[in-house]
Amino acid sequence: MLLRTLFEHIEDWFDVVFGAKWNPFYQLGALGWFYYWIVVISGFYLYIFFDTGVTQAYQSLEYLTHEQWYAGGIMRSLHRYASDALVVMMIVHLLREFAMDRFRSPRWFAWFTGVPMLWLVFAAGISGYWMVWDQLAQYIAITTAEFLDAVPLFGEAIARNFLTDAKLSGRFFTLMVFVHIALPLFLLFVMWIHIQRHATPKVNPPKELAIATLSMLLILSFIKPALSQAPADLSIVPTTVNLDWFYMPIYPIMNNVSGLTVLIALIVATLLLMMVPWMPPGKRVPVAVVHLDNCNGCSRCAADCPFSAIDMAPRSDGSAYKLEAVVDANHCVSCGICVGSCPTATPFRTKSELSPGIELPEDKIKELREKTVAASSKLTGDDRVIVYGCQNSLDPSKMADAKVGVVTMPCIGMLPPSFIDFVLSKKLAEGVFLTGCRQGDCGYRLGIKWTDARLAGQRDPRIRKRVNQDRIGKYWAGMTRRKEFFKELTAFRLRLNKLDSAQLEDQNKTNNSSEKDNAQV
Amino acid sequence: MLKFSRLIGQLVSFILFGLMLGSFSNSPRYTYHDPEMALIMVSFSHSSERKEECRRFSPEELADLAANMRRPMDCKRERVPVYIEVMLDGENLLSKSYNPTGLAKDGSASIYERILVEPGQHQLIVKLRDSGRVEGFDYKSDTVINIEPKELFVIDFRKELGGFYFL
Ligand code: HEM
Ligand code: SF4
Ligand code: SF4
Repeated sequence: MLLRTLFEHIEDWFDVVFGAKWNPFYQLGALGWFYYWIVVISGFYLYIFFDTGVTQAYQSLEYLTHEQWYAGGIMRSLHRYASDALVVMMIVHLLREFAMDRFRSPRWFAWFTGVPMLWLVFAAGISGYWMVWDQLAQYIAITTAEFLDAVPLFGEAIARNFLTDAKLSGRFFTLMVFVHIALPLFLLFVMWIHIQRHATPKVNPPKELAIATLSMLLILSFIKPALSQAPADLSIVPTTVNLDWFYMPIYPIMNNVSGLTVLIALIVATLLLMMVPWMPPGKRVPVAVVHLDNCNGCSRCAADCPFSAIDMAPRSDGSAYKLEAVVDANHCVSCGICVGSCPTATPFRTKSELSPGIELPEDKIKELREKTVAASSKLTGDDRVIVYGCQNSLDPSKMADAKVGVVTMPCIGMLPPSFIDFVLSKKLAEGVFLTGCRQGDCGYRLGIKWTDARLAGQRDPRIRKRVNQDRIGKYWAGMTRRKEFFKELTAFRLRLNKLDSAQLEDQNKTNNSSEKDNAQV
Repeated sequence: MLKFSRLIGQLVSFILFGLMLGSFSNSPRYTYHDPEMALIMVSFSHSSERKEECRRFSPEELADLAANMRRPMDCKRERVPVYIEVMLDGENLLSKSYNPTGLAKDGSASIYERILVEPGQHQLIVKLRDSGRVEGFDYKSDTVINIEPKELFVIDFRKELGGFYFL
């Protein structure tokens, strides 16, 4: 909770500077993909010129760095710095997903598949530094080999290969190149798996952010090109090395603690990290349920579900519709966004049993309507507002008073737009105000995006034309922006008051003129 | 005005990020090995002698063995530990036993030791015992070495080459 508040405060600041759309914190996964592609492209260029031989390896990189600084040198620097940025992104992303609680058991998949990526990224980076065969590489080789020798798996001590130049063979470099290409390829595969449970995953950062990031990396590459350290010489012990601390923070530890201890610590840490989604397991809230007698197979829920949990299947109940929605209980995180998308989830239906095509057993649409009516009944005055909020951000139920009725649901994306129409046309309140997570970072990924699009008439179910948009307010507050939320709510109420007095005047005018008309007659 | 300060804020963020990448990608330096010191590495693997010498089966014993298991000699596979001593200018720097590897303790023992030493001229004596004897050594080497700071001096051992040799 503390971590989440910390993140939100930092991100609020970035929201001010970058705007919600470009806030890098909302784009960490996408930035990771972007850095990955930079690394692959620059790596491909380096590979063309890289020579695999005990002395040639170093020389070929020296050639690139110095003779061809304008291309090869830049590529080399980009390769290094984008790899470093990938580590930064990955660690912040991990912490953030942890802080935001987006990994508990129903959402375990991305977390679980994220853990092996840590190993792959680190191993790929270290094998890269190894290929340079400078003193840093020599240091890495010795330390890694001594570490691996602690594993009882390998019979012959690997470290012995790095005692004298005579024992080192070019074959070894070929192996390293292979490892350094195979690991990132495998990483790509796992990255792809990682986002399998996300509908429309964010794998590309906004263009402007991408350009700015790339420019920063390019400038850095010009100012501080990536260089090799002195060439490796196995008859001399590497003394002081410039570690890449993004990739090698554990190397000094490996020098001072027995290999077996480090190994056990790493394995335990990895296993613990993998088990995090189940420590303790998330509440297993009942998943969305389809009521076939009300589902017309329109596919909107499948299109809107952020977790790819709905498939459209051939009809199983002999109805005339072709398709029906089927919820995959293992993927569903009970956000209710599908309910907000279903055209049958409308409070206007008069059927005694109000059950839409799809809904959450613990937050039924019928109850949502009842709660709305109940909240309205407590309100007095002529500027009553119903606030619909989500249970993931600041708790709006605390602000309920004589003029504000509050109804919450798991995600604001669960609110069918017809509810707004319902409130206004049935005169349950003079205005409807929506709130939820911060714009650009919905706890259920797409709830805010779909809500905005539905209200703007860009996505089904659209809000009816007859609804006066001036009577709808919204502020995406998150956890931290309580003050701003109240400011916006007050401003909204002011607008409502103005609107009402203007309408009153209008009415008076028309009334007056009709009186005049009457008088004339 | 707001737009301008936002731009500055973005610029500052990127510069800070760039600075972070640029600096921690190769600093601060880490001292792995004191540049004033030299390093002696004792590193080799060696198969010691068997714990028990092979013994010729007696005809009765041979008859008792299953037909496919009959062989003239009975050899227990377990080997003795390898014991090593390293002395530099009369000072004992290493005296340690290394157990043979493998479940049956029949593999070679693996030795990998790092010994930090002052550079300069030294008298180096290395001794190795790989037989069942209790006292004395099976191999011994006594040399004068001259090592420079940062130099890596490797003590290797190969039975076929007559014992210790240095790199
Ligand atoms: C190379 C490194 C990584 C890349 C490129 C990456 C990329 C991504 C992307 C693109 C998303 C989807 C964002 C969205 O569309 O909403 C995502 C989500 C996620 N990632 Fe990663 N990721 C990486 C590493 C990790 C690691 C190390 C962990 C944690 C162990 C992790 C945990 C998660 C979680 C929990 C989610 C959110 C799942 C949800 O919303 O239910 N990722 N990642
Ligand atoms: S509740 Fe959320 S995750 Fe489950 S099916 Fe509906 S939209 Fe998908
Ligand atoms: S949105 Fe509603 S009606 Fe359409 S397929 Fe889904 S459950 Fe059926």
